[in-house]
Amino acid sequence: MTLIAPTQQTSLSSKRQNNRRQQTLMAIAVGSIFLLGIIASPWVLGDSGLGTMLTERNQPPSWTHPFGTDWLGRDMLRRSLHGLSLSLRVGLLAASVSALIGTGLGIVAGTVGGWVDAVIIWIIDVFFSLPHLVLLILIAFAVGGGTKGVIIAVALTHWTSLARVIRAEALQVSNADYVQLSRRLGKPSLWIARHHMVPHIVPQLLVGLILLFPHAILHEAALSFIGIGLSPHLPAIGIILAESMRHLSTGYWWLGVMPGVLLLLSVKAFDWLGENVRSLLDPKTSQG
Amino acid sequence: MLSISNLGVTFTQYDRGLRRKQLTVITDLDLDVQAGEVVAVVGASGSGKSLLAHALLGILPANAAISGTMTFQGETLTPERCQLLRGKTIALIPQSIGYLDPLMSVGSQVQRVAQLAGCSKTEAKANANRTFSRYDLPEDVGDRYPFQLSGGMARRVLVSTAVVTQAQLVIADEPTPGLHPDVVKETLSHLRALAAEGRGVILITHDIEAALQIADRVAVFYAGTTVEIAAARDFSSNNLRHPYTQALWRSLPQNDFVPVPGNQPSPEQLPPGCLFSDRCPWVSEVCRAERPRLRKVREGWVRCVHAKG
Amino acid sequence: MLKGDNLWFRYGSRQPWVVENRSLAVAPGEVLGLMAPSGYGKTTLGKLLAGYLSPAKGTVTVEGRSLPKRGYCPVQLASQNPELSVNPRWRVHKLLQEGYPPDPAYIEALGIHPGWLSRYPHELSGGELQRIAIARTLNPSTQYLIADEMTAMLDANTQALIWQTILSLVSKQQVGLVVISHDAPLLQKLCDRILML
Repeated sequence: MTLIAPTQQTSLSSKRQNNRRQQTLMAIAVGSIFLLGIIASPWVLGDSGLGTMLTERNQPPSWTHPFGTDWLGRDMLRRSLHGLSLSLRVGLLAASVSALIGTGLGIVAGTVGGWVDAVIIWIIDVFFSLPHLVLLILIAFAVGGGTKGVIIAVALTHWTSLARVIRAEALQVSNADYVQLSRRLGKPSLWIARHHMVPHIVPQLLVGLILLFPHAILHEAALSFIGIGLSPHLPAIGIILAESMRHLSTGYWWLGVMPGVLLLLSVKAFDWLGENVRSLLDPKTSQG
Repeated sequence: MLSISNLGVTFTQYDRGLRRKQLTVITDLDLDVQAGEVVAVVGASGSGKSLLAHALLGILPANAAISGTMTFQGETLTPERCQLLRGKTIALIPQSIGYLDPLMSVGSQVQRVAQLAGCSKTEAKANANRTFSRYDLPEDVGDRYPFQLSGGMARRVLVSTAVVTQAQLVIADEPTPGLHPDVVKETLSHLRALAAEGRGVILITHDIEAALQIADRVAVFYAGTTVEIAAARDFSSNNLRHPYTQALWRSLPQNDFVPVPGNQPSPEQLPPGCLFSDRCPWVSEVCRAERPRLRKVREGWVRCVHAKG
Repeated sequence: MLKGDNLWFRYGSRQPWVVENRSLAVAPGEVLGLMAPSGYGKTTLGKLLAGYLSPAKGTVTVEGRSLPKRGYCPVQLASQNPELSVNPRWRVHKLLQEGYPPDPAYIEALGIHPGWLSRYPHELSGGELQRIAIARTLNPSTQYLIADEMTAMLDANTQALIWQTILSLVSKQQVGLVVISHDAPLLQKLCDRILML
């Protein structure tokens, strides 16, 4: 009496394995294409549909205008895509700068230690204890608002979580037996940083960066919504959402809901992308 | 009590990108354990010893495929049955204190093991305390955390996790590495006592000397297959059958301290013939062509065509 | 001559002393065994001798000079768990190159298979990984080797293989060897002298 017929089990489980890894790569591909599509849409679609067409004002979603039109007759889908593309680009820039700051400080804190580490941790704690959104608004306001204000504000407030994670990774590596052994084998600190630490930190950085984007984008949208973000002349998603508020009470629900849903989907796509990249990079889960 | 025959375990792993490779980690593994006896499973790291324990408990990872037969107390051991019996009738003594939750006191963990095995809460607590005092652990040990236990105490607590379940089959996975000889002796005597109660004990270890102290029979694993099952006394009476077992015995510091060169074959590239053929002093064409079957030779079992009856 | 003179060590000023006034000396080409029950500070002593820890009192000297802070340390430590002494994200060929490029004769003597070179540490068994960890220390710059329960986790055959190679290093290069172990028969077979702590 056999436990499980070998060939049958092998093909079943191998199909499962196939699916899991293929699924992960598929997910990453789909997510990336979706997001790149949104970012690239202004150049692909051109400026058509952004002009005012007063004959087509306030139309609900239909086949010709999937997101409806606004009070000036502009196609909401085109507007949303333009706006989201802009917001995504601003968010990406801010998040990247933030990630650089976070990684740099994290590595220094983890490797140098001592009072430098203590100071950096203190700064991180200060940032964590202040109300996040208030700080964001304050900085954007202080720098003068606008696109520059948004980028600086987001960049200066979002590095803390990543810095903590990178610092922990750097600490773990610098205290590891193999690093001590490396020193005993004669390797200088810079060599150790380059060869031992970087391979450990890069995966964390990548995943942390991808997961930071949604935050940055949402904050940009929030700041623009309040009015201290991007200029109202630029169709950033926050502006679109802010303007749509006025019209909700008159029943033109698509002006707020459709761009909002698109924003939600793209943020979710980033999250999904980040989780899949993490499961691929983590050796414990990458083997199925 | 336990009978395993022709067990095979294959892992499917990802190589680079999407390419998959098959690792045959266990091939044609045979073993049997009676109630009241200690069977030692001896082999180098990578020979499949721990995987055997995982297969018996049904905790192999998802990418493992199993073939062959396992029967326990007369009935087949399917994955579902493994799950039912795990922790109740078949128990594992973990390898190190790292297998316990560092944030829970040991008393509550052992108690929980007993509860999972079917005792009520009060019964479990009494059971745990009884087991602790059986192993001469101080009364307050139940309140301590794993990191607060000394090496010897930690060993005894780990044994308690299996004993408290009243399991009929106890598997001890590498209970002795890195321990002082006195602690080793004590741990082994506990395992012997378990067998004396009528349970079956599988002792998985790479340390032959430790195994021979308490085992009735010794199964020698090599590259995922059983190469010999011998009585413990065969070792010192020069009655070993398989060349690998003989080489292992000779390489002990008490004996000649002479190794046999080479390595175990990798699970990705097992040779078509006998798995030991590339290192064997008696190798011949017939060995390289076909894998030998386990056959009875002089009251023991051996997987070699050259062993003489 | 590797000398540890009146070594004292503890992990913090309020902690108990782990190493108390220990002295030992190893000559080039000599094999010294260290045996003691758990908790007597054998591993800590090994780390002091190899320069991983600094003694609170006392000195460690090689030919009269203290251990270098930079560059290759003439005293190397090989420990029990190879998984901890290798970077899990490096492939084996990078690990072997970390110290000096190892002598091909030793690679062969240790039975390191060329197929392992492209693998990651977690893909190798404990015995295979330990051989690689040891191969890293077998080069002309190593004058003293401290083996801290180096083969405790290995089967008898791999153990004999590794020690055979190390003993040939000891005699060829006149390396001083300190063997820390519980295994009395092993110490008897290997050591010129045994020190009981």
